[in-house]
Amino acid sequence: MKRYFCSFLVLVSLCCSAFGQEKPTAFINARIIPIIGQPIEQGILLVQNGKITAIGDARTVRLASNVQIIDLKGKVIMPGLVDTHSHIGDGSGADGSSPIQPDVRILDSLNPRASSLQRAQSGGITTVNVMPGSGHLDSGQTLYLKLRDDANKVEDLLLYDKDGKYMGGIKFANGTNPIRAGGGNFPGTRAKSVALVREQFIKAQEYKAKIVKAGNDKTKLPPRELGMEALAEALDGKRVVHFHTHRHDDILSVLRLQKEFGFKVVLQHVSEAWKVADEIAKAKVPASIIMIDAPGGKLETMDVSFSNGVALEKAGALTGFHTDDYITDSRLFLRSAGLAMRAGMSRDKALYGMTMAGAIMLDMQDRIGSLEAGKDADFIVLSGDPVSVYTHVEQTWVEGKNVFNRSNPLDYLTAVGGFGATTDKLVHLDCFDGDVEGGQ
Amino acid sequence: MQNSKFKIQNSKFLKSLVSLCALCSLWLIFVLSANAQIAVKGETVWTMAGEPIANGVVLINNGKIEAVGTAAQIKIPANYRVISAKVVTPGLIDAHTVIGLNGYLNQPHDQMALDGSSPIQPDLRAIDSYNPEEKLVEWVRGYGVTTIHTGHQPSALVPGQTMIAKTFGKTVDDVTLIPTAMINVTLGESALAGQGRSPGTRSKQIAMLRAELIKAGNYKGEPRDLKQEMWKKVLNREIQLLVTAHRAIDIMSALRLAKEFNIKIVLDGVSDAPQVMSEIKASGFPVIVHPTMFRAGGETENLSMETAAKLKAAGITVALQSGYEGYVPKTRIVLFEAALAVTYGMSRNDALATITIDAAKILGLDKRIGSIAPGKDADLAMYDGDPFEYVTHCTGTIINGNVVSEVIR
Repeated sequence: MKRYFCSFLVLVSLCCSAFGQEKPTAFINARIIPIIGQPIEQGILLVQNGKITAIGDARTVRLASNVQIIDLKGKVIMPGLVDTHSHIGDGSGADGSSPIQPDVRILDSLNPRASSLQRAQSGGITTVNVMPGSGHLDSGQTLYLKLRDDANKVEDLLLYDKDGKYMGGIKFANGTNPIRAGGGNFPGTRAKSVALVREQFIKAQEYKAKIVKAGNDKTKLPPRELGMEALAEALDGKRVVHFHTHRHDDILSVLRLQKEFGFKVVLQHVSEAWKVADEIAKAKVPASIIMIDAPGGKLETMDVSFSNGVALEKAGALTGFHTDDYITDSRLFLRSAGLAMRAGMSRDKALYGMTMAGAIMLDMQDRIGSLEAGKDADFIVLSGDPVSVYTHVEQTWVEGKNVFNRSNPLDYLTAVGGFGATTDKLVHLDCFDGDVEGGQ
Repeated sequence: MQNSKFKIQNSKFLKSLVSLCALCSLWLIFVLSANAQIAVKGETVWTMAGEPIANGVVLINNGKIEAVGTAAQIKIPANYRVISAKVVTPGLIDAHTVIGLNGYLNQPHDQMALDGSSPIQPDLRAIDSYNPEEKLVEWVRGYGVTTIHTGHQPSALVPGQTMIAKTFGKTVDDVTLIPTAMINVTLGESALAGQGRSPGTRSKQIAMLRAELIKAGNYKGEPRDLKQEMWKKVLNREIQLLVTAHRAIDIMSALRLAKEFNIKIVLDGVSDAPQVMSEIKASGFPVIVHPTMFRAGGETENLSMETAAKLKAAGITVALQSGYEGYVPKTRIVLFEAALAVTYGMSRNDALATITIDAAKILGLDKRIGSIAPGKDADLAMYDGDPFEYVTHCTGTIINGNVVSEVIR
């Protein structure tokens, strides 16, 4: 009998590995805020193979006998946070040679072991758009990352679209950051900034036209131009333009460019959104805002306001949030929703902004941003209400895997700081079986 | 106050002014309400001089607190203006900032907290740079901050002096409580001078400071030397050094220097404090710890959001600060920093103390500000809920008995 049982187990495990089936896990008894749909008291979140397979409560979700139960009584579950604009991972982009460099990729500089990635995990961020800086009109291609654990190479963090291409946008900026007085080929005025950007997009239109004209005749294709390829993707709506912009007139300049060239754009920072919220909403362009504790620090942010959230909400614009980490700390990202609510934004829209709105901005609304069956099992476990200052992120789960747990001493160190908290991760040794100390 | 309002309504001239601009009206109310009699009712009154009072009343008369107690104990005189709030606290104290010297625009014309011409300038007075109408001062006032200890920024060995001021008033003379409060000293990486200039190392920093103090020991007052005069006051224990030191070695250097010259210091920043907690405790010096949300990196790489709580638990007098910020945000708000200190291990009472009574103690002003007690300055902050919660608003600020902010923030 025992032998039969063992054989049975082997068979089961073989079957499981053959179909890649994990045991399902049920997270029970927590208050679940699914973002799409009403909050569920004593909810059940069922997860298998990195996906959400069911969400509901004891009346609506049936648990299989082999289910692994994780009791989260007294806790709150909500989707993993989506940060639409961050500088974690030590990435870089364009160099000083020219103001528009669509060919450079942050992909080629990102450090997958940077401690800042763990910092973001400990703040409940599961998906992040990492971007190069704003000192150029276009500082290069951005990357959408899933903050999975144990990444040894940047590829371990990437997200792929249905064509199998890794996902990312392209970073643009206007206003004073890219303007360099006497800076050679860099713009000296706002008008020059726009002219230079238009010039490049017109070139990209021509480049695209040549490709279309060549049709299937490869001999007629234009020579490959890396920058033009990226801008052509932007023109096709396949690469979202993430536009750093602060002042009301600069925001309107972005809307004007968007109208002329038809690219998909996300307004980033939008410090003076409250002045032109109706125009933003009318253009049907989404805006990602940042909560800064005081106005100023630079001329363009002298009128930045916690009221941007409520102003955009009232105007009807899709509104998300970002950390701009190192500007604000990824560990305290939830604070953004709280401060936006302080200025009048509704609780629903503030929490939507932390999750689903970001997912839409990054073209991932079908995969992340809410807790729905079929979506990635990216979620966070909170000690209490998401917008209370006293609440801790206790656990972060990415695709069904626990990537941050406050009860783990090393994770705790990341979450609160202290000696070693900012040290980058050592090489991850997957199948390490030697002894370092006694070794050579 | 009701009288004042009556006057406004009956004066056509004033009425037109009020309708012209909200700011003007705020000023007029301020001017007219000087020496006003106000009763502030709070569902909870954190006096910081005992347990919080439920259904408390604070009577204000002639710029001072007249009485504080429960609604049952205190009868509100008929002519007092009554203001109600969910929560009332003492006016908040920011134990270390640079606002007023540094402005929000972050342009050369409004950045006065650092003169780069020389590393040791104890003669630079904060009052000669302070702009009481700076937007950042108004900004923090809107969150309940009524007193700031501000001065030169921690980017040179001895960048200058600090001052203590109330956050409302027209001229620097109107607002200043102590014109020369402390002398800023910065140790470590952020005070190194570049390109072959001194100080180029930590050792040189301390050597330069020792040389100054030894020289001042021999200073007889003639001919007058503004720098020597200040060092003399330090040696005479009349003025404290505010020593910004983040790494443990810099903290220890500060303690060594204080011991050698028998001078009084206040430790500031102290990212590495947990490493030398017993040494800090043994020194008896108080600490103005870095903001809870301060960014880790460089010499602050080891900072922890729990340090304020750990200092308190060790029995060290500790205050929080908004600190110095070179970019965005141009200032922090101590209320928010104290809130996070609670999240990371402090009791709510202790955290509130770091921005009220304990800050007042470190600044030597605890007989005048920092708690709600009869005879003290009538500086109050009012809130529509738990002051520390993100979604709570500061509904009003009172300084010297004047309602100086009624913006809901």
